[in-house]
Amino acid sequence: MTVPAKASATAPAGPDRPILEVRDLRVTFAIRPRGAWPWTPWRSLRAVGGVSFDLHAGEALGIVGESGSGKSTLARAIIGTVPSEGRILFEGEDLSRLPPEARRMRRRDIQMIFQDPLAALNPRMTVGDIVAEPLTTHFPKTPRAEVRRRVAEALERVGLLPTMINRYPHEFSGGQCQRIGIARALILRPKLLLCDEPVSALDVSVQAQVVNLLRELRRDLGIAMLFIAHDLSVVRHVSDRILVMYLGRLMEIAPSREMVAHPRHPYTQALIASVPIPDPRREKARPRPVLEGELPSPLAPPSGCVFRTRCPKARPDCAAEVPPAFPVGPDHRAACLYWDEPTPLFAETPAGAA
Amino acid sequence: MALTTDPLDPLPAAADLPQGRSLWADARRRFFRNRAATVSLVVLGLIAIFAFGGELVAQYERDTIDFTLIGINATKGVPSFATGHYFGTDQEGRDLFARTVQGTRLSLLIGIVGSLVAVVVGTLYGAIAGYVGGRVDSIMMRIVDILLSIPFMFVLILLLVMFGRSLLMLFIGIGLVSWLSMARIARGQTLSIKNKEFVEAAIATGVRPLTIILRHIVPNLAGVVVVYATLLIPEMIIYESFISFLGLGVQEPNTSLGSLISRGAAQIGNGVPWQLGFPLFFFVAMLFAFYFVGDGLRDALDPKDR
Repeated sequence: MTVPAKASATAPAGPDRPILEVRDLRVTFAIRPRGAWPWTPWRSLRAVGGVSFDLHAGEALGIVGESGSGKSTLARAIIGTVPSEGRILFEGEDLSRLPPEARRMRRRDIQMIFQDPLAALNPRMTVGDIVAEPLTTHFPKTPRAEVRRRVAEALERVGLLPTMINRYPHEFSGGQCQRIGIARALILRPKLLLCDEPVSALDVSVQAQVVNLLRELRRDLGIAMLFIAHDLSVVRHVSDRILVMYLGRLMEIAPSREMVAHPRHPYTQALIASVPIPDPRREKARPRPVLEGELPSPLAPPSGCVFRTRCPKARPDCAAEVPPAFPVGPDHRAACLYWDEPTPLFAETPAGAA
Repeated sequence: MALTTDPLDPLPAAADLPQGRSLWADARRRFFRNRAATVSLVVLGLIAIFAFGGELVAQYERDTIDFTLIGINATKGVPSFATGHYFGTDQEGRDLFARTVQGTRLSLLIGIVGSLVAVVVGTLYGAIAGYVGGRVDSIMMRIVDILLSIPFMFVLILLLVMFGRSLLMLFIGIGLVSWLSMARIARGQTLSIKNKEFVEAAIATGVRPLTIILRHIVPNLAGVVVVYATLLIPEMIIYESFISFLGLGVQEPNTSLGSLISRGAAQIGNGVPWQLGFPLFFFVAMLFAFYFVGDGLRDALDPKDR
């Protein structure tokens, strides 16, 4: 159960060292069974099981997976709002072992953008106060004029008028609220930005604006990003590399292009096959393989490979043990024992989706 | 959408920028659209003026006994502008107007002090219990449960009997109890607020827990707290009146609406209906007004209405 995916075991030291190294990250929630007696043992729900990856400075890593695959929990473990096991090295420093106060100070370098743009803003605070909060928290002695200047700068940076500082979140649209959230995340000039489904709650035209804004920010400010989404087409657009998760485990990680062109894991293949092609004729013509079944309960995950219950090429030995992430190409790892065999259902992987 | 101002153009002073409508401003507008609540607020204002300024109008001290009137109250002590006894006199020949002013003031104070304690202690207690959660929450809330299970009136009466009847004791007794249910309400609300993303954002930013409670949790509790506090005021007034009705409340020459009503009720067969009528009128008017204001506030602050 604890055999982690560890293809690149040791990170190179020196300037090339990744900004974020996640090693065998596990998040387990204790769940109290319904109608339990006080002495009934709690059940454990493994939301994230043994995920490892690196993130380099200025790089964007997309994390894809369906609902309940543990992507958001992964982000929350990194930012430290849920307890986790394993190691999270940020600039070589293990965040999970830091004492609380040091951990709190470290937060200035890692900021987060949330899924529900309005819910992420305190309805009783003005936009100016919301955006200024990280600054006034970590640098309480900043003079007020300086705070105001930085807030205005951050708001302009995300394409909002700095004259909006006296307004309240409910007076803004979803897209504007998300921009306010981004401005708040940017004001401390963080090194790492975690984006937890930042566009899922927005409509498509606004999604494009926000995605473009994030790309721009990454280009101009060189912030490393962890971009979480359930929509592969959005992630592909933003990320250098993509990590695919299923039921809390890493399925495949590869550079975006490589991932879309040569997915090795049957789950990734299914994901890519499900991306609609924005051309009705080609969309209608292409084969549409559909994954059977439902996501298994994370309370009782399948033994061995968690995907085997829905995998078109599952074999008996898939149940034996958790497959490690095999290096299957340059910078490409896939956690499938039979990654080099064609998948029956997806024999003709639609290159058109690329 | 991506409008930016000219970088050479300095930003105008903060006060000149367009002011947003806060949720409070919205609520205020909704509140004043509610006629009953607005009228009640005016009534409360008048009662407050009466209670705190009425002594300027009164012709007599509240404890001056007019011995000539004792026994012939029903004929000589009737309310009249001529004698200066606007509300008539009580059984001892004291000016009922001055006594009602003082009684209303005391009842109002009891209600306000009681709910102030509830707001400050109850909200913070509940917010802390709810935010910290886990074992701390369990222990803190069990303490509240235990205190709530003690019959409050019984304890208050014991307190008053043991430590003597004093105003301070009455305030302490009412303050001790009033915050309990407020703490429960605040905790329940905190539980739902602390799972909101803006709280998570604050944690992720590195805001200290106490600051999160004070800056992010408590202001969002305020709607519920304000409503409950206004509804708590009449409850406190009723408690005090009941205690005074039993004869354990305030001591002579001080009085409260409860004891005035009690004494008035005792004289009901003697042809002096004003002795019951005036205190009762202020009592009922005050309670009604508080309930309507509370109702109006609840409608105005209800987040579902937005």
